[in-house]
Amino acid sequence: MDLLQEHILTITIFFPLLAAFVLMLLPGESKTAIRRLALLLSLVPLILVLVMWLNYDRAAADMQFQDFASWFPAIGSNYHVGVDGISLPLFLLTTILTPLSILASFKIEERVKLFMMLFLIMETAMLGLFASLDLLIFFIFWEIGLVPMYFIIRLWGGADRNYASFKFFVYTMAGSLGLLLSIQIIGVVTGTFNIPELMDVWVNLPNDILLPVIGTVSVGWVKGIAFIAFFIAFAIKIPIWPFHTWLPDAHTQAPTAGSMILAGVLLKLGAYGFIRLVIPLFPEQAYTTAFILAWLGMLSIVMGGYAAFGQWDFKRLVAYSSVNHMGFVVLGIAVMAYAYGQNFVGSVTEDAILATNGAVFQMVNHGLSAAGMFFLVGVIYERTHTRDLKKYGGIWSVLPIYGMILIFTSMASLGLPGLNGFVSEFMVTAGTWNIFTVQLALSMLGLLMTGAYILKGIGATLHGPTKPEWLGLPKMTLREHAVIWHLMALMLSLGVWPQWILVFINDTVSRIFIG
Amino acid sequence: MSQEILQTLTWLIPAGPLLAFFLIALFTHRNRTLSWMIAWTGVIAALILGWTVAGYTSTQFFEEPEKVLEHPVQIASSIDWIPVGPCIVEDAGNCESWIDAGVAVDGLTSVTLIMVTFTVFMIFVYSVGYHNYGKPRGTHPGVPNHGKEDPIFSRFFAYMSLFAFGMLLLVTSDNLLFLFIGWEIMGFCSYSLIGFWYAREYHLGPDDIPHIPPYLAAKKAFMVTRIADVVMLLGIVFFYRTFGTLNFSEALSAHSLEAGVAQIGVAAIGIMALLLFTGTVGKSAQWPLHVWLPDAMEGPTPVSAVIHAAAMVSAGIYMLLRIFPLIAVAIEGNPGVGWIIGGIGAFTALMAATIAIAQNDVKGVLAYSTISQLGFMVATIGIGGYIAAAFHLITHGFFKALLFLASGSVIHGMEHGAMHVHDHHTDPQDMRYMGGLRKKMPITFWTFLIGGLALAGFPFVTAGFWSKDEMFAEAFTLMQEGNLTALFVLVMLVLAAFLTAFYTGRQITMTFLGKPRSQLAEHAHESNKFMTIPLVLLAVFAVSVGWSGITDNFMGTSGIFRNYFHGLVGSTIEETMLELKGAGLVAHAIETLPWRWEPLIMSLIVALGGLFLGWWIYGRKPLPVGFADPIKRPLGPLYNFFQNKWYWDELYHTVFYRPTIWTSEQLVPVFIDKGIIDGILHLIARVTYAIGHYFKRFEEIVISGGVDWLKDKTLIFANWTRQLQTGNAQEYVAVSSLIAVVFAFSIVLLINYGWLEKIQLWFQQIF
Repeated sequence: MDLLQEHILTITIFFPLLAAFVLMLLPGESKTAIRRLALLLSLVPLILVLVMWLNYDRAAADMQFQDFASWFPAIGSNYHVGVDGISLPLFLLTTILTPLSILASFKIEERVKLFMMLFLIMETAMLGLFASLDLLIFFIFWEIGLVPMYFIIRLWGGADRNYASFKFFVYTMAGSLGLLLSIQIIGVVTGTFNIPELMDVWVNLPNDILLPVIGTVSVGWVKGIAFIAFFIAFAIKIPIWPFHTWLPDAHTQAPTAGSMILAGVLLKLGAYGFIRLVIPLFPEQAYTTAFILAWLGMLSIVMGGYAAFGQWDFKRLVAYSSVNHMGFVVLGIAVMAYAYGQNFVGSVTEDAILATNGAVFQMVNHGLSAAGMFFLVGVIYERTHTRDLKKYGGIWSVLPIYGMILIFTSMASLGLPGLNGFVSEFMVTAGTWNIFTVQLALSMLGLLMTGAYILKGIGATLHGPTKPEWLGLPKMTLREHAVIWHLMALMLSLGVWPQWILVFINDTVSRIFIG
Repeated sequence: MSQEILQTLTWLIPAGPLLAFFLIALFTHRNRTLSWMIAWTGVIAALILGWTVAGYTSTQFFEEPEKVLEHPVQIASSIDWIPVGPCIVEDAGNCESWIDAGVAVDGLTSVTLIMVTFTVFMIFVYSVGYHNYGKPRGTHPGVPNHGKEDPIFSRFFAYMSLFAFGMLLLVTSDNLLFLFIGWEIMGFCSYSLIGFWYAREYHLGPDDIPHIPPYLAAKKAFMVTRIADVVMLLGIVFFYRTFGTLNFSEALSAHSLEAGVAQIGVAAIGIMALLLFTGTVGKSAQWPLHVWLPDAMEGPTPVSAVIHAAAMVSAGIYMLLRIFPLIAVAIEGNPGVGWIIGGIGAFTALMAATIAIAQNDVKGVLAYSTISQLGFMVATIGIGGYIAAAFHLITHGFFKALLFLASGSVIHGMEHGAMHVHDHHTDPQDMRYMGGLRKKMPITFWTFLIGGLALAGFPFVTAGFWSKDEMFAEAFTLMQEGNLTALFVLVMLVLAAFLTAFYTGRQITMTFLGKPRSQLAEHAHESNKFMTIPLVLLAVFAVSVGWSGITDNFMGTSGIFRNYFHGLVGSTIEETMLELKGAGLVAHAIETLPWRWEPLIMSLIVALGGLFLGWWIYGRKPLPVGFADPIKRPLGPLYNFFQNKWYWDELYHTVFYRPTIWTSEQLVPVFIDKGIIDGILHLIARVTYAIGHYFKRFEEIVISGGVDWLKDKTLIFANWTRQLQTGNAQEYVAVSSLIAVVFAFSIVLLINYGWLEKIQLWFQQIF
């Protein structure tokens, strides 16, 4: 038990990897056993996260459940992990969505073992990233997360999966290169990769001195270049407009569970990178470019909203909705970038706390509602074998319960008060108002379009007279209910009583700005 | 009663309907009897609690007015909802700043609670009959099952309960955020209930009243109000970030408003007021966002009554009244704000009235009448008539709910006739096919008549008269002070009131008087008890509620009448307004107007004149079957203009809808995303690929020194272009991964071994 207590974080992170190895030992033909075992094993990290949740000390200012091991002393990189109020909710999100995705893909018949293994490996990568306190470790998890998703799209995807998976891979790799380069520079210059240490050493390195290693290049110059590299890498992942065009293709081609994880967790890696690395490591650069980030956030919201409304492929519509929703995260991050480390007093600090709380909370909320939406699109696709909204119509009369569930989830995505999305959008809006008024006002156009595309999805699927070809569609199975009801319960509980998760976020965010 | 008990009771007001919603939605939706009973229980609980709380506050006011004037919020309670600031580290869970959820009851809350809980309950009763409870069950979900019990009966009551929750939350909330939450929940219920018959399609002839399918009407209602809601959201955050709180009584105290004006200036307060007012424009269907409400009549009639007459559309007015001190400061500081609010209200009142005179749909007339009456209230608020607007809000809630329910009863009777004669083409809502229903449906007739007279402002008896009179008096008094907005508002409202009386006379005459003009009307039948009892009860209120607000010195008397309404509602903000007046931020506090005979004469002339004209044109002699509207000729082209609703829908379709579709389907995803962004990316990919090929070719040339270089290159180029088009993705991935890895490692080496330095030196030597 001591081992568990002392290393609970490490065990949580690597348990899925271990589970993947266990699955590897099973014979590939026993599909049912593989599915059930994968589901069962994926529940273990969830339980461990709940244990951490209950033992989390809100009064402590440091990272908690820290674990440290010497890894690569020659270059100053160590295995160092820990969680705080920002990463803990994302841990919960990841460990909830992974079992649900596994449950959602019980219908997969081809290469089941590989599929489940990839999901578990990906879970390790995501959890590791959210806990990393070392830049190199962060990067390694970042890259590991990319590979399983590539194969999931490539091997189990739709008709156009080659183009989609390739685009996804190259796009993200393009960002990763700059990221790796910058991480190397930081490591070489400061001699450490430890993030908490870098927040002191690297940030306080005077801009005008020449770098000892590289010679004639000033620190300010390197910081600028590294900032741009970090920025682009994470911007692609979120994705921020105009780096988003990989997303609709990847989502449209990915299998249902792949989309659930991609939208639910992988997009958050980018936003997390901004909050954990970009802004704390480059406060000056972030401050000067915050307004650009706000403009891009606004464009994500508006362009994403319009593009989603223009789609007739249901899944593509939901995919574009991610751009729209993540735009609010970006707006919140822009406010954080503006206020971080500037020692503002009074109102700006309050704005920043509101907006940053909202951004982190919006990450969780979008994770839940987007996963739910992709799942429901999968449910209807499995029955009708089409995602063309023009071909649907009147399905509500045939599948009344599915209809209610779709409306519920869509409304969470729309940001209906009482469900989760509204709370975070309100917080971001409130925090942004004083600082980026124009950008915020323009993004309301995107919020309007959110309504338009959500109603388009509901209307085209459920409303109108029932088309004869849809009579007798099979009802939702118990397994499908099991997936969606968990998500719905979370969406409702976070909308009605958001503080059960927000107090954790608020603690950490308040400390960031007030100390 | 102790304060704690009262707080609990107030919290429980919205709880009943919410619980009913969850119970029906999750458990009892298969049992229809149980479902409506649960829904009734929820709303009866709200009724009892609401009236108890309202009774307490009004008693308090009449017993100790000074105390209430000092502390108008008599019941208040709140809990922490969202943490928004630093927590004290040592004492986890004890955060300093929170956004709260809370309830508060003052005079305005009380009167609104009385109106809302009662009308909502009446409508719940009525709905059981309207959906033919107890008749054989219909088999087609999502379309009207005439004469049969609706197959999704339980769903209706679930939505209605959720709706009641939203409205009660809005009314009892002590802060702008929870008001907005109730506001949006109602919006969702409105969407769901307008689209209740989601599978219905119309097959219309050229002469039929135009309808759009309910699912489109629902979408339209949601989207049009959402335009306003997103703007209002900006207003809410502006409010919050300016005053530092969302709580009404904290933010809108004289002290806080003075601080706000000092901090951001009175012009910014004006902008804040307009942002919030935009919410009202959407929710209360004011021009230019009024277009959703007439189409919202596609919902079942109880829905029209509760959502689009009594409760939800009133929410916009209620919100303006709640933030009235802010509005008053904004108007005083920026006359333009007064012109915008008063102007929009007055214009809407008149415009909707002109449309109403040319409608043939029995619910269509009422829909435009609602828009028009809401315009009266908005215009009155725009000139500062706080109590007059509140009074009309309450009286209108009663008599308009009555009118809608009575018209639903008419439609129900006509549908009965349609089934009897197997005519499924004639529109049972078309007044041209009605006539003579007075004899067939006596209860409906008499109650409709009472509601209609109240709407027209029939003197001395009906509620509508007293509230309309007060609005005129308000405008008249201000006009005498030289207030031009008030003059404009007065002229528009008097004209609109005349048209109101006229179209009411027209409607009553066309529907109930004369001889039946179709087989449907011939075989119409009085509705069942579930429907008629609420009509009678509402009719009682449509008359009596007006007596609570008779001006103290009516007709120059003194001591006979007492304006209870004025006192109770006025107490809500009386102190605040006095303080604001003292600080010079507003010109008028809440004042009792001196009684004058001019507004009374105006009321009498327009009400009686309009009603008489309506009867005289349509009712002198029975209208023949297939008659042409007698006002068509005198009005000329204006008649078509009115009948086609001033062509706002067509205008919006061209100016807003089509460009939006083009932007979303073409400009953004195809032109920008695929064309520009992906185009640039593909270009980069091609260039990279070409460079790779160039290196490969270079090698081959050096090794082989081939003479057929040109020929080969041409072929390869052709091949390359073709390959790029189809794209062998696996090869791409292999190549690009390899390049990426090599590239990454070389960069690492470049730094670690100081090569970058050498390159830099080299550069410096060159330049």
